[in-house]
Amino acid sequence: MTAPRPRVAVTGLGTVNPLGGDIATTWENALKGTSTAHTLDNDWKERYGLAVDFACEVTIDPFDVLARPEAKKLDPSGQFALIAAREAWSDAGTPEVPGERLGVVIGTGIGGVWTILNQWDVVRERGARRVNPFTVPMLMANSSSAHIEIELGAKAGAHTPVSACASGAEAVAQGFDMIRSGRADVVVVGGTESCVHPLPLAGFANIRALSTRTGDPEHASRPYDTDRDGFVLGEGAAVLVLESEEHAAARGASVYAYVAGRGMASDAHHISAPSTEGQARAVREALEDAGLEAADVKHVNAHGTSTPLGDIGELNAVSQALGGVTDQLVVTSTKSMTGHLLGGAGALESVFSVLAAHHRIAPPTINIENLDPETPMRIAQNAPAELPSGDLAVLNNAFGFGGHDVAVMFTSA
Amino acid sequence: MASTENEILEGLAEIVNEETGVATEDVKLDKSFTDDLDIDSISMMTIVVNAEEKFDVRIPDEEVKNLVTVGDAVTYIAGAQS
Repeated sequence: MTAPRPRVAVTGLGTVNPLGGDIATTWENALKGTSTAHTLDNDWKERYGLAVDFACEVTIDPFDVLARPEAKKLDPSGQFALIAAREAWSDAGTPEVPGERLGVVIGTGIGGVWTILNQWDVVRERGARRVNPFTVPMLMANSSSAHIEIELGAKAGAHTPVSACASGAEAVAQGFDMIRSGRADVVVVGGTESCVHPLPLAGFANIRALSTRTGDPEHASRPYDTDRDGFVLGEGAAVLVLESEEHAAARGASVYAYVAGRGMASDAHHISAPSTEGQARAVREALEDAGLEAADVKHVNAHGTSTPLGDIGELNAVSQALGGVTDQLVVTSTKSMTGHLLGGAGALESVFSVLAAHHRIAPPTINIENLDPETPMRIAQNAPAELPSGDLAVLNNAFGFGGHDVAVMFTSA
Repeated sequence: MASTENEILEGLAEIVNEETGVATEDVKLDKSFTDDLDIDSISMMTIVVNAEEKFDVRIPDEEVKNLVTVGDAVTYIAGAQS
């Protein structure tokens, strides 16, 4: 095995998601095992014949947090990202770093869904002249990374990975690579999504990806349970401040955990069906990139979206990548609580992975009434699971439509 | 329905405040949108689009560059309404 490449410190965290409008609230509610899925308070089901009328929505109103003119120039996905970025940057102690050494990587699955669809409504109902002049800068997929780059004065490069539900994790991986390759000393990374709108709900329902448990939404997201029937749509953003180890040490920053390795693979298989083979290659690459042994990995924050085939397939891929060394592992899917944040998912779950490594506790997978007998590993079933003391590694997986497989390996500080 | 110049100024100040955060009392006839109120070109277009709707007028793009001060805008809207 080649010598491990340098690791990168995680020095700041921020989020807006269905569990909370900040890191402290989110973590507290995650450890409590809080379900956030609920029937939407609107008439979409009656009006449009929507088959799935529930989702997980953020708990804050961005207009209460951001200045009104600022919020009006951002799509909700941009509002979530900016709020999360400000929290993460402040949490990192607002690092002093020359702009040329500061980068931004914020992924998204789609971009400004609400803006595109709302402004199309404006065109049809009130005419083209009434379209908001900010429409294009609000709807473009790179809007969040651009706004954060401008606010922080980041000049080393601002990027926007778009790989469906792997986007947020790919942003973490790209930021990690930017630091290791010497392009930057500090990179603000994350992911965002806001598409709890009738069109994406209808599209995901019609591709049969969503749970249809309309009578009992709070128990609909149930990864690894025998009665799981699809994912629950969520929304929100999460942001992490990544920093070279030297830079973090030089300014005496407190370090939550390290990014130690990443794997990125593509399936070359199918536009929506996952491939265990591709997933296993990504996990294997992350492990080798980090220079770790399988036995070092104590926790997996799984992609685990609560679909019948995907959940077990992923764990089989992990097992294959780790050469069957999985007795030391505890797996969780926090999507059981937050729903699926699509482009935000890999970022929020990286945050959960970092917090798990930092606090030595894995948040629970809720809603498991009957564990699928095919589940090949221990799950943090309905309760948090303590992680061992000493050096440990935490794996976060994120996979996207199109066959994008991303695995990020974190290690304890 | 035509508005008085004072009503137009008040309505315009509300739009400027809503779109840019500039305080309504700072939106005075002699203020320049760019130099005094620090309003960029896209925000100016947002103000124009909203003003057209609020005052039921059309402000052609080639006119917008002539609206240097708040007073210019008020005068143009008043003229367009009559």
